[in-house]
Amino acid sequence: MKRLLILGAGTAGTLVANRMRKRLDADWAVTVVDPEEQHLFQPDLIFLPFGRARAERMQRPRRRTFSPGVEWIHDTVESIDAGKRQVALDGKTLDYDLLVIATGSHIRPEETPGLLGDHWYDSVFDFYTLEGATRLRSALESFEGGRLVVNVVEMPIKCPVAPLEFAFLADEYFTRKGNRADVELVYATPLDGAFTRPVASRILGSMLDEKGIRVEAEFNAGELDGEARILRSYDDREIAYDLLVTVPTHMGASMIEASGLGDELGFVPTHPNTLLSKADDHIFVVGDATDLATSKAGSVAHFEGHVLTENLLRATQGRSLIEGFDGHANCFVESGFGKAMLIDFNYDVEPLPGTYPLPVLGPMSLLKETRINHLGKLAFRWAYWNVLLPGLPFPVPNHMSMTGKRTEMAAEAA
Amino acid sequence: MTTAELTIQAVDRNEEGFLLDSSQWTPDVAQQLAEEAGVGPLTDKHWTVLTFCREDAAQQGQPPGLRRISKLSGVNMKELYQLFPKGPGKLAAKIAGLPKPQGCI
Ligand SMILES: Cc1cc2nc3c(=O)[nH]c(=O)nc-3n(C[C@H](O)[C@H](O)[C@H](O)COP(=O)(O)OP(=O)(O)OC[C@H]3O[C@@H](n4cnc5c(N)ncnc54)[C@H](O)[C@@H]3O)c2cc1C
Repeated sequence: MKRLLILGAGTAGTLVANRMRKRLDADWAVTVVDPEEQHLFQPDLIFLPFGRARAERMQRPRRRTFSPGVEWIHDTVESIDAGKRQVALDGKTLDYDLLVIATGSHIRPEETPGLLGDHWYDSVFDFYTLEGATRLRSALESFEGGRLVVNVVEMPIKCPVAPLEFAFLADEYFTRKGNRADVELVYATPLDGAFTRPVASRILGSMLDEKGIRVEAEFNAGELDGEARILRSYDDREIAYDLLVTVPTHMGASMIEASGLGDELGFVPTHPNTLLSKADDHIFVVGDATDLATSKAGSVAHFEGHVLTENLLRATQGRSLIEGFDGHANCFVESGFGKAMLIDFNYDVEPLPGTYPLPVLGPMSLLKETRINHLGKLAFRWAYWNVLLPGLPFPVPNHMSMTGKRTEMAAEAA
Repeated sequence: MTTAELTIQAVDRNEEGFLLDSSQWTPDVAQQLAEEAGVGPLTDKHWTVLTFCREDAAQQGQPPGLRRISKLSGVNMKELYQLFPKGPGKLAAKIAGLPKPQGCI
């Protein structure tokens, strides 16, 4: 019996396991390892602090997310020995013929001096974990007024639009609560604008402006003085806050560093088009765990999934791999007051305005706030559990398409 | 013209001022790029960083990001900001004659 071993059963690991179980013969075992009992739908973490999503409904028992025949080992991976094709778990080892690393990306607040301390979950919160988002909810409820700072410590982060969405939703939240005039919203980012790519950055930047959210660009947080409530950059700029919502440094799973397979952030160097790891021909990488220059997003895991299942199958047959992944990402950006935008891009093409061809729901507007896009974002909840994780075909093209995109905006920006 | 006399007016650069051809780079060009960027005279510490960036880029096929520089060059983050104000990652790459480090998406 041969074994396809998948490390991590989040968005990417689960959908790949389910697809491969259908494609591989019975002489292959499909085994996943993940220590967590529950599977968390992370996109709802932006709604939870505002009382617009409930923790119980964001999670499902992990065992129910696998197709029949997928074997789940309820354990933590401690290291990978690529030479021996062996993985160490707590107290035992597992051999593999092909390995997929899908252990995601995780916040590491301890990387910023002073960020953790007595003030953590008192005046400083994250919303990238269930605990952080839940505690932030109570803090927002009792926040009467003052300066609320949203800070991205360092790139890359998963879902790079999430902190912007948080700022937009905070604007709506305090407006509805009636104390928006008493709340100063500041968005501090290491980027030179609101987003990583020029056209989207300009459009998102002017939205922040219209909503009265001040941007502190090129702010690289170096340390926190939790007692004085001051965030300080490496070049000694200071931002005082009453409530700090931080998106800390992200890193890959620590077992990747322990195995010597990661870059300086513990992400795995990966071939950008085949998803094979650069270090070893029997190791593939998918989802947030890669070092690829595209977004760390569920949609990306989905698009990568197509290429990866094909290449895993080819690897079992000793055939050459397809260079099929183009960096395709698309994300809904919740912009507050029942509207959202949609952005669609890849390694080479930045997000552009225009329309996005989508069967059933109809064309969606790109880089423009609409009600339909908001409904699209909500529909993603259902699709995540029922289409994406089971590995069923999604009604969107896998490769990014230029149909409907207005390229003259990119020319203007250049 | 010999390379020693090469001025930054004579090397090919993109609209943001990054060298298009890393082989046109010389220490002299680096000094001129540094002055243009307001970094001033290059010290030994600057050169530690620039040399690391060039060697790492030659090995990896891409310029190192800021965190990689601070982890592997021996010059810490705080010092990097003092040496190359505002955007040390971008600025060090530019003065080292490398392409702009790929923005994290
Ligand atoms: C606030 C927020 C909002 C988001 N919004 C969106 C959105 O609107 N749209 C979108 O497409 N994406 C969104 N995302 C991103 C999306 O959730 C992730 O990109 C996606 O889940 C990545 O899938 P993954 O499988 O790579 O990682 P994950 O889903 O995070 O899974 C990693 C798995 O690995 C397991 N693991 C870790 N270490 C080990 C170990 N040592 N041994 C065994 N198992 C291990 C973990 O338990 C986990 O189950 C959002 C994320 C956040 C945090």
